[in-house]
Amino acid sequence: MSTDIIDRLAGVEPGSPLDRLRRRRPDAREHAQRGYLALFPQDTGSDTGGGGAGEVSLVERYAVAAFVAGLHRDPASARHYDDLLAAHAPGLAAVVSAEVEAATTTGPYGIYPEGPLAAESVPGPAHRVGDRAALGDRLAAALEHAHLLVFRPREADPEALRALARAGWSTTGVVTLSQLVSFLTFQIRIVAGLRLLRTAQKGTRP
Amino acid sequence: MTAAPLAFTTDRIGWEPWVEPLAEAELTEAHREALVDRARAASPYFRLLARDPGILHARTKTDLDIFHNADGGLPRAERELAATATSRHNGCVFCASVHARFAEHYGRRPDDVRRLLDEGVGARQDRLWRAIVDASVALAATPPALTGDHLDALRAAGLDDLAISDALHAAAFFNWANRLMLSLGEPTAPEAPVKE
Repeated sequence: MSTDIIDRLAGVEPGSPLDRLRRRRPDAREHAQRGYLALFPQDTGSDTGGGGAGEVSLVERYAVAAFVAGLHRDPASARHYDDLLAAHAPGLAAVVSAEVEAATTTGPYGIYPEGPLAAESVPGPAHRVGDRAALGDRLAAALEHAHLLVFRPREADPEALRALARAGWSTTGVVTLSQLVSFLTFQIRIVAGLRLLRTAQKGTRP
Repeated sequence: MTAAPLAFTTDRIGWEPWVEPLAEAELTEAHREALVDRARAASPYFRLLARDPGILHARTKTDLDIFHNADGGLPRAERELAATATSRHNGCVFCASVHARFAEHYGRRPDDVRRLLDEGVGARQDRLWRAIVDASVALAATPPALTGDHLDALRAAGLDDLAISDALHAAAFFNWANRLMLSLGEPTAPEAPVKE
């Protein structure tokens, strides 16, 4: 089995047509993997080589990832991040899973400011966590922000960043959190796209 | 700073962060390496992302290969179209402005680009552009709504698997990029030197 996370989640076998296709874009393949490793260092205490590594704990990273992957309803990706969270913080796994349950919707949506785009506004829910005590202030704020980024990024505003700061997020921590959520919206879509291409190549597409 | 543009545009607009980027003088060698292109030290966007250099470096190298790798696959204009359609659908006025200009430049179809910005992702397009816009929009949904029918439409429009994969990568990448640009700052007029 490939050690590449996108290969594993999409079911790309070494030497398969899709593997050869991915290797036509070697930097994209390599750096999608490096991005994953930078955001999710594999061993506690290891340095990601990034200045933001120390600002966001591994458990926080796994909890946000399990939430984001859950919202995307991609079973392989969701299971992967759920397992990481359960391995590092068994008590949090059920809490995050309950938040996913309560937060699930369909995006993107959001209100545009007054002006020519206002007619395209699609109102929709903002998520407020159910179990703030179990999550703690930092993680509660992070999940609420992750929901904003996943479903209604056009509604992001300076107040959303101030809410993170009030919950104890440093500016560098905010950058890491924003990258983590945004990167996952990329990784999960690549996985979905490649899996579909693989199915089509096998001639067994649903 | 002038008021932020309220509509999608191909004008050269700027972008201003809501939180403090690193100052140019604070950038270490590791930060500059993470920028990949050292001229990006002038951009507040990249100096903000430089606060976490590991993921910035990976982001930039991924971006460059998806859009610039010319070894077969999808023409640059159509990769830029996927980026523009994704940005239009997610609501990123800044990202759409940059990549609409690239799509215009490489595709020489300014009217089609203009219609995508003015009327939205449902605007009339030819068969290839229709298939790329539709696949980009489906992929931008959460949860992703891309199906085998989208791949069939891309294939029927003449794309092979590498070109289809390029389209999906360009669209998927802009889900990453749009969320950073939308949530860490806002577009401004006139132009400031930044590219996403």
